[in-house]
Amino acid sequence: MALSIRKFDVVIVGAGGSGLRAALELSSAGLKVAVLSKVFPTRSHTVAAQGGVGAALGNMGEDSWQWHMYDTIKGSDWLGDQDAIEFMCRTAPEVVIELEHFGMPFDRNDNGTIYQRPFGGHSANFGEKPVQRSCCAADRTGHAMLHALYQRNVYARTQFFVEWMALDLVRDAEGAVLGVTALEMETGQVVLFHAKATLFATGGGGRIFHSSTNAFINTGDGVGMAARAGIPLEDMEFWQFHPTGVAGAGVLITEGVRGEGGILLNKNGERFMERYAPTMKDLASRDVVSRAMATEIKEGRGAGEHADHILLKLDHLGPEVIDKRLPGIREIAIKFANVDPIKEPIPVVPTCHYQMGGIPTNYRGEVIVPEGGAVPGFYAAGECGCASIHGANRLGTNSLTDLLVMGRSAGMSVLEYLKGHGSHRPLPNDAGENALARLARLDGQQGGEDVNEVRGEIQRTMQAHCGVFRFPDMLAQGVEKIRALEGRMARTGIKDKSMVFNTARIEALELDNIYETARATMVCAQAREESRGAHDRADFPKRDDEKWLKHSLWYKAGDRLAYKAVNLKPLTVESIEPKARVY
Amino acid sequence: MPLDGRERERLRWRSRRGLLELDLVLQRFWSPPGPDLDEAQGRALARLLAMPDNDLLDLVMDRVPNADPALEQVLVRLKAA
Repeated sequence: MALSIRKFDVVIVGAGGSGLRAALELSSAGLKVAVLSKVFPTRSHTVAAQGGVGAALGNMGEDSWQWHMYDTIKGSDWLGDQDAIEFMCRTAPEVVIELEHFGMPFDRNDNGTIYQRPFGGHSANFGEKPVQRSCCAADRTGHAMLHALYQRNVYARTQFFVEWMALDLVRDAEGAVLGVTALEMETGQVVLFHAKATLFATGGGGRIFHSSTNAFINTGDGVGMAARAGIPLEDMEFWQFHPTGVAGAGVLITEGVRGEGGILLNKNGERFMERYAPTMKDLASRDVVSRAMATEIKEGRGAGEHADHILLKLDHLGPEVIDKRLPGIREIAIKFANVDPIKEPIPVVPTCHYQMGGIPTNYRGEVIVPEGGAVPGFYAAGECGCASIHGANRLGTNSLTDLLVMGRSAGMSVLEYLKGHGSHRPLPNDAGENALARLARLDGQQGGEDVNEVRGEIQRTMQAHCGVFRFPDMLAQGVEKIRALEGRMARTGIKDKSMVFNTARIEALELDNIYETARATMVCAQAREESRGAHDRADFPKRDDEKWLKHSLWYKAGDRLAYKAVNLKPLTVESIEPKARVY
Repeated sequence: MPLDGRERERLRWRSRRGLLELDLVLQRFWSPPGPDLDEAQGRALARLLAMPDNDLLDLVMDRVPNADPALEQVLVRLKAA
């Protein structure tokens, strides 16, 4: 297969919020910027964000970035790096105002300032009382953000390569990153994008779980490419889950359903929450409910043919209450669970929502590895990066704050880097061969493993063995099962070998990234013997700061693990020392 | 005229969306053996897929009425998927 080469100052992979924000910084400075995206930019998964952007503007009452910083550190269960968290919270108001000037139609107060919505976990005066901090555009915040940023990029002459899939990083003998190889879906042609700097903004990999709120495009592409290029992955054991997604589909059923009187039942029809939380029952906190659901399933009391879900019963509320108080729920249940909750319970299961870990960076978006510090020419931002702002759990609204702040910060760092690195580094002779070899192997595979089957096996393994509540025996088996899939992964095959818009080929290539992401998650989760934030272990129920106040680093080669210290020192203010995380 | 095979594949890829709900509906729409589509229906589907995700979801979930008769036939099939 011929490999043509195209030269740009910067190549950005991913055109969601962080990729677009970074591209704008660079194109506005007059650089030649290529942005590669599997789908049209405004159809990136950022479009699903409804909650808003957290920023201490103080439009609804007194607020400060220090309070936002405290809430973020507490949310992270002290695993977040405090320099990065200070940087994000301090910069957040600036990037929000900037976005307003880019044309983002934020909801407004009567006096013209941006309206801010209340959101769980955000407080005034270091946990004293709730504060309204979330800036939103009705329930279409992500959608409005993508449109505003995309239009500004068109104006700034960013060059978009839409329906292109990045395949692999290109590095030289010194480890510097020189760009990526990418496949154009329209033609099947592979092109090497040779760049002075490469920035990953590929989003999360939530599709590694069987039940996920993530769109199908979220296959951990950046994380997979980084792992294959020898870059370690940070804190991959930390994934945020929501207790009630529709089993088999992932669409969320709001917690308001339990607030209105919905109850959870196991396969015997038992209201099991009475055993786990005798007082609060189904209204216990999210982690208590998730843990109880996972325990019921693990102990064989799950419902359904595979005993793999829980039943959310609403019919006792009556059709009037359901239609009046929970209007969207009935349509979601009918459409995505194929049940009418007026008559039957909704099958639900704890569902993956957000990836806290990723490619290790500092708050400048520079990719940082133990072997030599910053990787020359390589940057990451948004959900695929790990600065680490979210630590062991992400505070609501901080995903959009992260992608704006880190997208811009990574863009600014690239500008700084290019001042001293004005020319392209020469490509090694074998540049791009790793990607071509992957494609040749796939196309040449006879009688290969079915991609859908292997993907399903990975997703079911992750869900059962490494879900919201983790058991030692299940984790140990899970590591074995994931490792055992390596052989099948090496033999995936496709029947359709055509070059033009070959969806089967794309899905096979995505599966490689799903596998790296899943394997890193499973291995890190088994190794971390404590419970912290979203990582909840049945055998180690407490946080252990003495042994585990550190970030995990997973290397693909040999499934090797290393660890690095959490940065407890903010940039300009006093450290917020670890204490119990109680809400 | 039935829709060209590669055009079908293009539309199938463009059925990958930013919103999970649409991914699920479109996955069912394309589930084997896949929908029968002629060229006109292919054009209608292409126009639906070119819409912003939230607007398309509103149509598919019947939250807003469809104002374009040319889209109706394919939209009905999407809703039934």
